[in-house]
Amino acid sequence: MQLKKQASIRKALALATTSMLTMTTQQVMAADEPSGWELDSSILFYSEKDRVTVVEPVIRARKEISEDEFLNMRLVVDSLTGSSANGATAQNTAQTFTSPSGNETYTTSANETPLDPTFLDTRVAFNIEWEKPLSNNIRGVFGANVSSEYDYTSIGASAMLNWDFNQRNTTLTTGVSYNQDNVDPVGGIALGLSAMPLTTATSKTEVGSDDTKDVADVFLGVTQVIDRKTLMQFNYSFGKDSGYLTDPYKILSVVDGVSGNLRASDPYLYEHRPDSRTRHALYWSTVHQFEKDVLRGSYRYYWDDWGIKSHTIDLKYRMDLGEKSFLQPHVRYYVQDEADFYHYNLIDGAIPQFASADYRLGKLTTTTLGLKYGMAIDKDSEFSIRGEFMKQVSDGEGDLPDVDAAIVQLSYSLRF
Amino acid sequence: MSGNMKLLILLVAITISGCTSLGVQPWDRDVLAQKKMQVDPYPLDTYLDEHIYYSKESASGGRGVGGGGCGCN
Repeated sequence: MQLKKQASIRKALALATTSMLTMTTQQVMAADEPSGWELDSSILFYSEKDRVTVVEPVIRARKEISEDEFLNMRLVVDSLTGSSANGATAQNTAQTFTSPSGNETYTTSANETPLDPTFLDTRVAFNIEWEKPLSNNIRGVFGANVSSEYDYTSIGASAMLNWDFNQRNTTLTTGVSYNQDNVDPVGGIALGLSAMPLTTATSKTEVGSDDTKDVADVFLGVTQVIDRKTLMQFNYSFGKDSGYLTDPYKILSVVDGVSGNLRASDPYLYEHRPDSRTRHALYWSTVHQFEKDVLRGSYRYYWDDWGIKSHTIDLKYRMDLGEKSFLQPHVRYYVQDEADFYHYNLIDGAIPQFASADYRLGKLTTTTLGLKYGMAIDKDSEFSIRGEFMKQVSDGEGDLPDVDAAIVQLSYSLRF
Repeated sequence: MSGNMKLLILLVAITISGCTSLGVQPWDRDVLAQKKMQVDPYPLDTYLDEHIYYSKESASGGRGVGGGGCGCN
């Protein structure tokens, strides 16, 4: 296997060049032996002001099972509590809503954006990937994933091929994935744009207890070595969602077109989204090393047939503090247009076929600022902590409050 | 053919035709071999960020395929 030998020599040369000043010969030889286990673990704390709190531990293991053949596994548990905007708008009087189960009510004070306080969910997700060389320059990655939460399950599979050429300076990547999800909401599935009951004595108009959603994605990408210190990637992804895409817990307020007051009968309707969605994303990223610092930047343009267009810019600048630690500031900026069927509220007498007041489908800007500190404990383990602040501002009609979130992630990686 | 698709084909063509003259010799990969120069050096950071923003924004995709869905209310 001449090519394998050359690959090993290249690997050894690269490692020797980078490591000669800081590592012993013994360590260089150890790094070139077939790897054992690589373990990455993290715990994420995500907390929105007055809204949702999430604690999410995740562990990822990677093992070389034979030469250049790997198994990757990831297990995630996330537990969510707190309040979420229900879609209704603030009014100058207090408002009372029924919970999704229909067994309880909750009240929102005058001039406050209504939040449903009944959210409580735990999600467990497992993903496994098998990376296998299919020829000297083609690698396959085959994956399967399953996740389960109280009202939602998802099962899926993916396959990806990476083809290296041009002396391994260019990699073409193509992949497909398919997920089948099941939505089993508390209180069943309401008829789209039917009235939300105002008391626990009445029931919603139900069309079933659960429904399905299919998600298919196709991916094409090019990764290119530009020079000794620069790498660039350009990707396109296409996705198709079909089935039940409505959020079963979201409602809209219906107001009088002249006075702006809530209409007297059936003032709240369950939202209703189209049953298909076609998504496109173009993604470009670059990694460049200066003296030792590394700049990582990306831009994504996204558009779909719901009328949403968005731009995402992400920048990370890693500054090495000596040989063992680094600091990495992070800035992310995201802006989106609203979906065609997004409405701040509905006007009595002009109810459309599809409507949602979910602020995540409205005009929106998200700004995130963060800082990460990483530290090598020894040659086989690393610890890091990052803190970020995220601010979401709704830019469309009405006066929706900002969503402010604090994010803290602790990570520990180990090779053995 | 939509304007977006024409732009996509043009960009892919430029990328692929430009690729053959770019790159480094195998013995010049010392910097690119470092962990901090990988496409995704911290996959758990990426996974957690994608989960957060998938739950809080309308856009998704662009980085790869697979990974699974969530209710994400």
